[in-house]
Amino acid sequence: MFLIYLRRELSRRKKAALVISMGLALGIALVITVTSVSSGMKQAQTQVLKSLYGIGTDMTVTKAAEAQSSSSARPKFNFDAKSDDSSTSQSSDRVMTAGGQTLASTKVADVAKQTGVSNAVGALSLNVMKVDGTFTQGKAKSTTSGGTGEGGQGGGQGGGQPGVQGGGASFDVNSYTVYGVDTANLTLGPLSSSKVTTGATFTSAQSNAKVAVVDSAYAKTKSLSVGKTVTIKSVKYTVIGISTATSGDSAANIYIPLKQAQTLASSANKVSTIYVKATDSQQISAVKSTIQKNISGTTVTTSADLAKTVSGSLSTATKLATSVGKWLSVAVLLAAFLVAALLTSSAVSRRVREFGTLKALGWKSGKVTRQVIGESFVNGLIGGALGIALGLGAAYVVTAISPTMTAELGSTTSSAGGPGGGGMGGGPGRQAASKAIEVALSAPVSLTTIALAAGLAIAGGLIAGGFGGWRASRMRPADALRSVA
Amino acid sequence: MYKLTGVSKQYSRGKETVHALRSIDLVIEDGDQLVIQGPTGGGKSTLLQMIGGLDRPTSGSVELDGTDLAQLSEAKLTKVRSENIGIIFQSFNLIPTLTAQENVETALVPMGVKPAERRERAAEALRSVGLGERMHHVPTELSGGQQQRVAIARALVKKPKVLLADEPTGNLDEGTRDDIMALLDTMCQEYGLTFIMVTHDSALAAKAPRLATIRAGRVTVTEQAQSVRL
Repeated sequence: MFLIYLRRELSRRKKAALVISMGLALGIALVITVTSVSSGMKQAQTQVLKSLYGIGTDMTVTKAAEAQSSSSARPKFNFDAKSDDSSTSQSSDRVMTAGGQTLASTKVADVAKQTGVSNAVGALSLNVMKVDGTFTQGKAKSTTSGGTGEGGQGGGQGGGQPGVQGGGASFDVNSYTVYGVDTANLTLGPLSSSKVTTGATFTSAQSNAKVAVVDSAYAKTKSLSVGKTVTIKSVKYTVIGISTATSGDSAANIYIPLKQAQTLASSANKVSTIYVKATDSQQISAVKSTIQKNISGTTVTTSADLAKTVSGSLSTATKLATSVGKWLSVAVLLAAFLVAALLTSSAVSRRVREFGTLKALGWKSGKVTRQVIGESFVNGLIGGALGIALGLGAAYVVTAISPTMTAELGSTTSSAGGPGGGGMGGGPGRQAASKAIEVALSAPVSLTTIALAAGLAIAGGLIAGGFGGWRASRMRPADALRSVA
Repeated sequence: MYKLTGVSKQYSRGKETVHALRSIDLVIEDGDQLVIQGPTGGGKSTLLQMIGGLDRPTSGSVELDGTDLAQLSEAKLTKVRSENIGIIFQSFNLIPTLTAQENVETALVPMGVKPAERRERAAEALRSVGLGERMHHVPTELSGGQQQRVAIARALVKKPKVLLADEPTGNLDEGTRDDIMALLDTMCQEYGLTFIMVTHDSALAAKAPRLATIRAGRVTVTEQAQSVRL
């Protein structure tokens, strides 16, 4: 009788049942959408951090920032101005360690010995700025002064705006990044966030070989392929592989063995960053403290630290989803529960005679209450199913559209050089500390989210039914007679 | 046998206290047919509620076969209602979503009768009131007279000792009224029921063997020797 009565009541009161179910469905769909978008944003942040760190890296160790001397980090280029008819091309490049701060290579072993450290690998990050072209003397009598200089790509990379006074110049500026990697341990470090798609990666034997792996985007720009050579500060490196970043941007344009990078930068036995993997990912904070305590003069940065520096639209959207979205979901869900409870209660009021009659016939209050809760429970299930369908649809739309979010990591303190005279001043400061990455947003729906939604739907149904059932149970059988008296 | 002793019922209506029943003493023997008549608001329905165990008196006792219904727990009172008392309402009070057969079955649910037996007994009860062909129809597909027949079947299917009727013909036309009263008379004879009916209808009241007239909460019982069967 319970099921027959339930089915008949729900089919008779389709509209009322649908209103209650739709109210619950909207609340639940919103919870699913917000939860999945929020989860997608967390994934995007993780993706951003991985692209910066490399897969499997839990933290990085760098030298603690020190006050830089005003001239030491700035590149200097020396060119000789030629006579008017000279067309001899001149070239000069500067190789600098990114950020200008390095650690002794021995620190890598020191870090690896620390409790909780599973693996530690050193790498040297370099910024290379190459300027080549022709430079001619100006003529003192000339009425049209030179000024034919062309700015190269360097401007956008933090280099100084080329400007030549008193002469003519035609030159090109090429700025790119190079990472010296430990060829004996490639599972950790900057190259671990990329996959070699053409050719091969380094072998342990190539610890000091003149070979390079080039990022696919850079290789395309410079028409580089496996077998060709790339010249860095007059040293030719054979390209053995083309790599593609597995997520976000690649760590560098060119990867070479660590020793080669140290030679180029005249930084023998130096590394700029130590990549660390912890034994237990739950103990990262403790490992960080251990390293900072035992190895002086270092800065340890974990994923969590880095996540705090993420800004841009991704950060804004994440904050929006976790704060406004969460409370909006809670508010809509509460409103849905309240509306469902009120509508159920109202339906009970309209059925005074019906429930009173059943009680007069000898139905116990509990049986009447169970009947009301049963009807409301089914409304909750229908609302849950509709809500899950709506939520999945919304999450699918978000994933299909894949809105692009920008994440800016770290501070943007790079110092841009202004136009100089014959030589070029300025150049990258702590450029490596700042990075903008674009990621596509998805909205993954986990089974936990669906279980949560189903649970909320059932809870909503039971709350509404409980409220209505409580009212029905308080009804006296005499009401059945009184309502018609 | 019913024995009402000093039954009073008061309830509040705003600031006013309404004395619906005032110290009523009444004995109704098994198999009696009692008609309760009186003006609107006189306390007829309230008295029927006390007899049916649907409400409790403010004071006094309502004994059914020696058990004071006023003192029973809600669970025991519910059990008494489900097993011993059949009730018919003026507006039929059928569950609109259930078929005639399912409506009759609702009276057997609290008794814990198995579904198959329930269906069979409900069908038999409907056949006995002449609705064998209409048992799968919902109330809106039945006429007023047919709906009241379903209500009678529902009241009798559990084979009660007492049948209470609150204005059972109040919503019916004259022809249907006579049919329903004839049916009730037959059923009461067949099952040997104690029958207590509230009515406004003077014609029906005149035919009752015992007439309880209730005015301002006080009852006067008249034995009508010349009465005919209801």
